[in-house]
Amino acid sequence: MTQITPTKAFLQGLRRSLPFILVVVPFATLFGVVATEAGLDLIQTMGFTALVIAGAAQFASLQMMQDQAPILMVLLAGLAVNMRMAMYSASLVPYLGKAPLWQRALAAYILFDQSYAVSLDRFEQEPDLTIPARIAFFFGVAIPISILWCGTTAVGALVGSAIPSSMGLDFALPITFIALIGPMLKSLPHVAAAVVSVVGALALGWMPSGVGLLVAASLAMLTGALVEDWSSRWVR
Amino acid sequence: MGALGYSSGQIWLIIVLLALGTFALRFSFLAILGDRTLPQFLLRLLRYTPVAVIPGMVAPLVLWPAATGGEPDPLRLTAAVVTLFVGVATRNVIWAILAGAVVLVGGIWLTGQL
Repeated sequence: MTQITPTKAFLQGLRRSLPFILVVVPFATLFGVVATEAGLDLIQTMGFTALVIAGAAQFASLQMMQDQAPILMVLLAGLAVNMRMAMYSASLVPYLGKAPLWQRALAAYILFDQSYAVSLDRFEQEPDLTIPARIAFFFGVAIPISILWCGTTAVGALVGSAIPSSMGLDFALPITFIALIGPMLKSLPHVAAAVVSVVGALALGWMPSGVGLLVAASLAMLTGALVEDWSSRWVR
Repeated sequence: MGALGYSSGQIWLIIVLLALGTFALRFSFLAILGDRTLPQFLLRLLRYTPVAVIPGMVAPLVLWPAATGGEPDPLRLTAAVVTLFVGVATRNVIWAILAGAVVLVGGIWLTGQL
């Protein structure tokens, strides 16, 4: 097996990131539009998008802010959506765990669904890749997407105020969230978790802002894990 | 423009804490050298976080939208159902958003609210 240089690995990653332009551009633009419509100024919107770099969590905490939830609940909603990042981090350790600390820190900063999925796939298929090549490949995927994410958020923030609010922008967030959920409903445990989440959140709506959602989400996670456990036993 | 009920300082506090928390989640295991991994059941729980959080957050917004003062709205319900259906069928977030947006904006236009 011939070893590829980090430069070549970076370029390969870059090429693998190209299809995601179609996902990132509209999604980031929408965040710019919705954030400025909600009342954030341009600098706050850009700070939000550049420091957090996590689409679904940005939308989730923005929604809680529009509901005037307490700050703690805004943070919990955003971080709950990002819990999966800890799982990504854990599963990359066997591949990137021995890279220099600053490289791991930088990779963590731009670790999101796309950069994770594409890189893990590559690392699993080519176990012989050197650690510098793996890091370079990861950055090749993640850096262009991150720059694009911030740039198109700015475009959305700048054009957002030109869109009349009677166009149904109040419902842009719910539509985005539902669109995110659809592709996630790929197995029985996922569907079961989603159903428990909806029923629980509606039934516990009387609880103080955000608390009902946290309880419902905990129950839903447990449901997903238990159903997965049972269904894997049934298959065997 | 719906002004948020937070001061500028509070908004920045939210942004910075959310950024730090998100980074902590992402860096957590990569920061720890070696091959220590999470217990299997915890990994399994974490796998369901997005699908456990987002539907519960969105359900009240769909049933009782703020734009109609909390009254169920057939147009927004239809847009939500179409978005979910297209998302499940195509497994593509962007197609689902577009489908929902077309139903919503088209419906608003047809009912003369625009």
